[in-house]
Amino acid sequence: MEVLDIIRPENQVFCKTKLMTDTTLTYCPGCGHGTAHNIAMEVIDELGIAEDTIGVAPVGCSVFAYDFMNVDMTQAAHGRAPAVATGIARIWPEKYVFTYQGDGDLAAIGTAETIHCCNRGENIVVLFVNNGIYGMTGGQMAPTTLPGMRTSTSPYGREIDTMGSPIKMSELVANLPGTYYVTRQSVHTHKHVRKAKKAIKKAFENTRLKKGLSFIEIVSNCNSGWKMTPNESNIWMEENMFPYYPLGDIKVNGKIKQVA
Amino acid sequence: MSELRLMKGNEALAEAAIRAGADAYFGYPITPQSEVIEYLMTERPEERTGMVVLQAESEVAAINMVYGAAGTGKKVMTSSSSPGISLKMEGISYLAGAELPALIVNVVRGGPGLGTIQPSQADYYQAVKGGGHGDYHMYVLAPASVQEMADFVSDGFEMAFKYRTPVMILSDGLIGQMMEKVVLKDEQKRLTDEEVAERYGDWATTGKKDRERNIITSLYLEPERMEQRVRRLMKKYERMEQEDMRYETIFCDDAEYLIVAYGSSARIAQKTVELARKKGIRAGLLRPITLFPFPTKPLNKLADQVKGVLSVEMNAGQMIDDVRLAIEHKVPAEHFGRTGGIIHTPEEILEALEQKIVKDGSIRHHTTREPSLL
Amino acid sequence: MTQEMIIAGFGGQGVLSMGKILAYAGMLQGEEVCWMPSYGPEMRGGTANVTVILSDDRISSPYLKVYDTAIILNQQSMDKFENAVKPGGILIYDPNGIVSHPTRKDIRIFRVDGYKLATEMGNRKVFNMILLGAFLKIRPVVTIKNVLKGLKESLPERYHHLLPLNEEAITKGMENVFPYDVEKALTAEHV
Repeated sequence: MEVLDIIRPENQVFCKTKLMTDTTLTYCPGCGHGTAHNIAMEVIDELGIAEDTIGVAPVGCSVFAYDFMNVDMTQAAHGRAPAVATGIARIWPEKYVFTYQGDGDLAAIGTAETIHCCNRGENIVVLFVNNGIYGMTGGQMAPTTLPGMRTSTSPYGREIDTMGSPIKMSELVANLPGTYYVTRQSVHTHKHVRKAKKAIKKAFENTRLKKGLSFIEIVSNCNSGWKMTPNESNIWMEENMFPYYPLGDIKVNGKIKQVA
Repeated sequence: MSELRLMKGNEALAEAAIRAGADAYFGYPITPQSEVIEYLMTERPEERTGMVVLQAESEVAAINMVYGAAGTGKKVMTSSSSPGISLKMEGISYLAGAELPALIVNVVRGGPGLGTIQPSQADYYQAVKGGGHGDYHMYVLAPASVQEMADFVSDGFEMAFKYRTPVMILSDGLIGQMMEKVVLKDEQKRLTDEEVAERYGDWATTGKKDRERNIITSLYLEPERMEQRVRRLMKKYERMEQEDMRYETIFCDDAEYLIVAYGSSARIAQKTVELARKKGIRAGLLRPITLFPFPTKPLNKLADQVKGVLSVEMNAGQMIDDVRLAIEHKVPAEHFGRTGGIIHTPEEILEALEQKIVKDGSIRHHTTREPSLL
Repeated sequence: MTQEMIIAGFGGQGVLSMGKILAYAGMLQGEEVCWMPSYGPEMRGGTANVTVILSDDRISSPYLKVYDTAIILNQQSMDKFENAVKPGGILIYDPNGIVSHPTRKDIRIFRVDGYKLATEMGNRKVFNMILLGAFLKIRPVVTIKNVLKGLKESLPERYHHLLPLNEEAITKGMENVFPYDVEKALTAEHV
């Protein structure tokens, strides 16, 4: 086979996600955000709903999500993405609305908005990237930081007695009647990426069927904040994050899955 | 059909919102403005016009729902009272920064802190001088009657869309709670989704059909771009002053002494002017209808004619700053006002006018004539 | 002509609705009207009052210090508002529960046993309508026809069967309002 044959369209096996802009990603190399962006945009593209989708970007590392995601986007104040999305979804009941939030945004400053948005069962998709740390501001403790984990504001490790326990948002919101689908995924291996994408697709389909709120937690790494190489961070994530934040569906079709 | 009704200010505002073709209201209860959301919930505007009404979990959530919905190019609003408005300030700054049209109503109560639930005008600074962070202003309308509570809803939306800016109706517990007769305008049809997309598709999140994507944001990390944005806002405010500054004068033609008052204080001060004229004091009243832009020029002109100015506000002295700036020290200007939710009486204002501005012996007695009411 | 009045009593006596019906009737006859209540916690169990202004001109202040008429329904309100009546003005009160009766000689004072009459009628809720009737007898600022229309508009439909009873109460009030002679009362006290 000649080189020219290889680059023929019919031989193409991979291309840049169509709904990602040409703006260079500003995330740290090795970070899971890029992959999470990619699969979200792939799903929107595959479902053919780009013209009817409005995304809400938070404050945190993904504050600039609108620079990369090629759909109509609104940048929200810190923690308020679920309220902003509520406003949009109520105005455009026929459109697809999603928020893309980190743990500080969704589980600390915006907890009230998250809980009440879930409780009302707003017909939206919440993409929640949980890396257990405040990445953008330089590695401070997040509500999801693991016990004993060192950050710049828990330099001796998170002490449960004084700093509280890491908050399990998916389990928490699954208990609210308004959530229809709650699942915890990751994007650190091909296998996991495929599963996460499937979950996101299901979430947007739920919006189409007006089923209520779909909550997708993506447990991810923060190699910069964790002060590890990307590979080390993924291994650390598997060994430490996953036991505390187990992957898998938590609530499907409005019913909480019983733990076997 | 326009319709004559006896209504509370808060109710008139809510009914006017439905009739103005508002698309959504997001709010949270707080005295003395809870009638707004109560009225809307009772009226089922979702059935009447398709208007969305939602009780949010907090004022913070409500203003952010407004932010999201305003970004879609639709007519959206919220209302609250002083402590709740403080909570909304972050969102208001974002609305101004992202240049979104929205209507925010403050039915002011006494403060600071949790304060009192009685009427006050102590949120003047907050409304006209920012309140939230950053270089921005709102277009601020100050109703002085139940009729204006209703009329300023459509006026406010018009300004919000003309300038793509948050607009505030700065009312207070007195105007919100009292009933007067009000002529309600005909019910306007809400714009269809297609009309919204056609009119505002160049900036709003209507879905990127046949166009590049739109982004609603107030974040510009490069200082040069941020400065450009601020300059753009400032230009907008200049234009507001030229084209949409509003005020009213009462008995000012031959006035020797001027009272400046807005909203409910203007109503009370109007009675003071009547009482003063009966006593032979030629008093007049300038009522700013827009607090931002402030009627600086007309006030400056009047300062050439009068001997002194009394700024009457139900606060410890806030608008007086703008009054003094406007009159450039041509004549003395003093403040009078009760605070803490106490409403000053027309007689109290007259006493203050006499003591602080007219002063002993300086009254020129003219043939008293009954002021003809407007 | 401008009529500035205050109606003051306990919360639950129908003070606010009496004012509202007056304002509504005024509006129906083409007048400018203003109804300004006291509001907030003081209304719960404490005193409630409402300022009502009817005028053929634009109304200036909705908040007043002195009134043409005061309708007073409890002692606290008597203490607060007797002196707020303009010289030559009118004070109407229900003596029920009043221990210190009015003493001013520069105003016209009227009494109506509203509470007693309402009890006799078998429905204490019409108390405020009796007072309203008394007021309209002294100061016919609005017609009974418009009052009844106002009543109909402000009452929810499920209470419309009570309209005749309310009309009866207004008539009762008109028939049972009597001037109160301060001089005589003061002399009597000294006897």
